[in-house]
Amino acid sequence: MSNILEISGVNLSFGGLKALDDVNLTVKAGTVHAIIGPNGAGKSTLLNNIIGKLSPDTGSIMFNGQSMLGVQPHQINQLGISRVFQTPEIYTDLTLLENMMIPLLAHRDGAFKLNLWSRGDQQADILEKAHHFLDDVNLWEKRDAIAGSLSRGDKRRLELAMCLSQEPKLLLLDEPTAGMARADTNNTIDLLKTIAGRGLTMAIIEHDMHVVFSLAERISVLAQGHVIVEGLPEEIKGDPRVKEAYLGGAEV
Amino acid sequence: MAKSTVTPRSDLTLFLGFTLVVLAMPIWLQPFGAAYPDLMQKFAIFGLFAIGFNILFGQTGYLSFGHAAFIGVGSYATVWIFKLMTMNVIPAIIFGTLVAGIFSLVIGFICLRRTGIYFSILTLALAQMSYNLAYSVLTPITQGETGLQLSTKDMRLLDGAVADGAGIPPTNFFGIEMSAWDGLFGFYFCAFFLIVGFYISIRITRSSFGSMLRGIKTNQTRMMYTGLNTRPYKLAAFVISGMYAGLAGCLMAAVDPLAGAERMQWTASGEVVLMTILGGIGTLVGPVIGAAVIKYAENIFSAIDKSVLVDLFSFLPDTLGTFIASVVSLFVGKGWHLTLGLLFMLVVIFLPGGIMEGVERIKRRFFVKSRADSAE
Repeated sequence: MSNILEISGVNLSFGGLKALDDVNLTVKAGTVHAIIGPNGAGKSTLLNNIIGKLSPDTGSIMFNGQSMLGVQPHQINQLGISRVFQTPEIYTDLTLLENMMIPLLAHRDGAFKLNLWSRGDQQADILEKAHHFLDDVNLWEKRDAIAGSLSRGDKRRLELAMCLSQEPKLLLLDEPTAGMARADTNNTIDLLKTIAGRGLTMAIIEHDMHVVFSLAERISVLAQGHVIVEGLPEEIKGDPRVKEAYLGGAEV
Repeated sequence: MAKSTVTPRSDLTLFLGFTLVVLAMPIWLQPFGAAYPDLMQKFAIFGLFAIGFNILFGQTGYLSFGHAAFIGVGSYATVWIFKLMTMNVIPAIIFGTLVAGIFSLVIGFICLRRTGIYFSILTLALAQMSYNLAYSVLTPITQGETGLQLSTKDMRLLDGAVADGAGIPPTNFFGIEMSAWDGLFGFYFCAFFLIVGFYISIRITRSSFGSMLRGIKTNQTRMMYTGLNTRPYKLAAFVISGMYAGLAGCLMAAVDPLAGAERMQWTASGEVVLMTILGGIGTLVGPVIGAAVIKYAENIFSAIDKSVLVDLFSFLPDTLGTFIASVVSLFVGKGWHLTLGLLFMLVVIFLPGGIMEGVERIKRRFFVKSRADSAE
C-alpha cells in the first residue's frame, strides 16, 4: 500500500508555545487512521496544517507525492482533501439541496467558473449526485429545509455528505461524533464503516475510544505536539506510554 | 417542512408580472399623483441601480458605501460620448456601462481584499476620493462645480456640427427624441432597461453563480475548504453591480444630458443602501419597491409646503389648525427626510426583511386563512 499522506518533521510554534514538535505521521491509502491524544495535544492544529489553514515553521507535508506547503486551501481541496470540522461548517441560511450543490459544482467546475445563466437546480448530473449523497446520510427527505434548522447530528451528517460528494481521496474528520447521543454515534460509526468499505482513506481525530477502536486500522497518539506512539489498535491499547500520557494510568 | 416553490415557471410568472406592472405605471400611478415622466424615469433608473446593488449586498453580503461613484462615472462617460460622437443614446450607454465596469473592476480589486466593515469603509473612501477628484482635480474632464454640460461647440463627429444659431440637439434613440410622447418615451426607454436588468438578476440569482454568492454570504470558510476560490466570485459580483450602477448613471444622462459630481457623493451611495433595506435585502423585487418608495417620498413629500397643510387643516379651529400644520410641516417640504427616517426605523424594527417581508406575512396570513376556510 502506498502512502497517501506523509508528514515529516513538522514543527509549529505560536509565540513561545510549541504546538507541534517534530511530528512524523504517514497515512496509507485505503486505511482509516485515527489520531488520538489528550486535549491540547495539537490534533486539530495538525489537521489545520494539512488543509492549508496554518503552515508549519519547518517540516514537510506531502499528499500523493506533492508538497502541500504554500498551496492555497482551495487548491488543496481540489487536489482531493476534504475536511469535516469539529463544529459543522455548513451554509446555515441555505437549503440542504443548495448546501449540496455548492461542493458538487466546485468538484465539477473547479475553483472558479462564471456560470451566470444555467439554473443550478436544473442540472441533472448535480441533482442526481445530491440525491445520492443526501440519501447516504438519510437527509434526502429534508432537502428543502434550511440547513440552520437541523439538529446537531443532522448538521454533522450534512457536512459529511457535502465532503463525500466531492469524492475526496483523503477525508479528514475532526471529532465526528462529539456531542452526539449514543444511538447517533453508533449510526455514524456504521456510516463511516460503509464509507471506509468503499476504499476511502480517512484520518480521524476522536476522543471517544468506542469510535476509535470500532473504526481505526492504525492509530497515532499525539501528546504535547509530538507523536509518542504509532501502531495497530491492539498495540496502542496495551502500550504503557499511551496510558501514561493520555489516560493517566486508567484502564482503556 | 417547507417545500421549495421556486421553479423556472414561477420565475417566469414573476418576470411577466413585473413587466406588466412597470409598463402600466403611467396608468396605475395616476391616483398617487406620480404618473409624470420625470418621476417614473427616476423609479426605473433607481430601481435598476438598486437591483444591481442587491446582487452585491443582498446576495453576496458585501455592503458597499461607494456605489454612487459608478453612477457618476457612467454619467460622465455618457455625456462625453454625446459631446464627442453622437446624440444617439445607444453608443453612449454602451460606452458608459463599459467604463463603469472597468472602474468597478479596479475599485473592487482593491476593496475586496477586506471584508465586513473594512470593506464598507474602503468603498466609502474610494468613492469620496472619486467625488473629490471629479469636483476639483479632474476639472478638465468633469468641469468640476458646474458639472459636465453639452454645448453647441461640441464636436459630435458622427452627427456633424450644429448649424449657426441652432440650439443643442436633443438626445435621441435613432431619431426618436427622449422627450417624445410627452416625455413617456424617455420613461419607456428606461423601463426597458429596468425590465431587462430585472430578468438578468433573476437568472443570476438562480444560476450556479448565484449559489456561490449565497455560499460566500453564509460561510466563506466552508467555501474555501470546498475548493472554491472566492475572490473572483466576489469580484464578478462587484463588477456586475458596478455595471448596473453605471447603466443607471448612463440613463440619467440620457434623459437629462448633464453630469455633476454630486451624483457621486456618499449620500447618494447611502440612499441605495436604504432602498435595498427598505424593500427587502436579497429579494428580487424588494430593491425596486424600496427605490420607488424613496423616490416617491422625495418628490411628493418634499413638494408639500406649509400653506398646503394650513389649507388641509382649515376645518379645525384656527389656532389648533395652525399648530398641527406647523408640526406636520416639519415632516414635509425640506423635512421629508424626517418622514423617510421614521419610515425606515419602523421597517427595520418591525419588518427586518423590509417591505417584502410585510408582503410575505400578509400573503401567508391570507393563504393560511383561505386554507382554513376550505377545510370547513
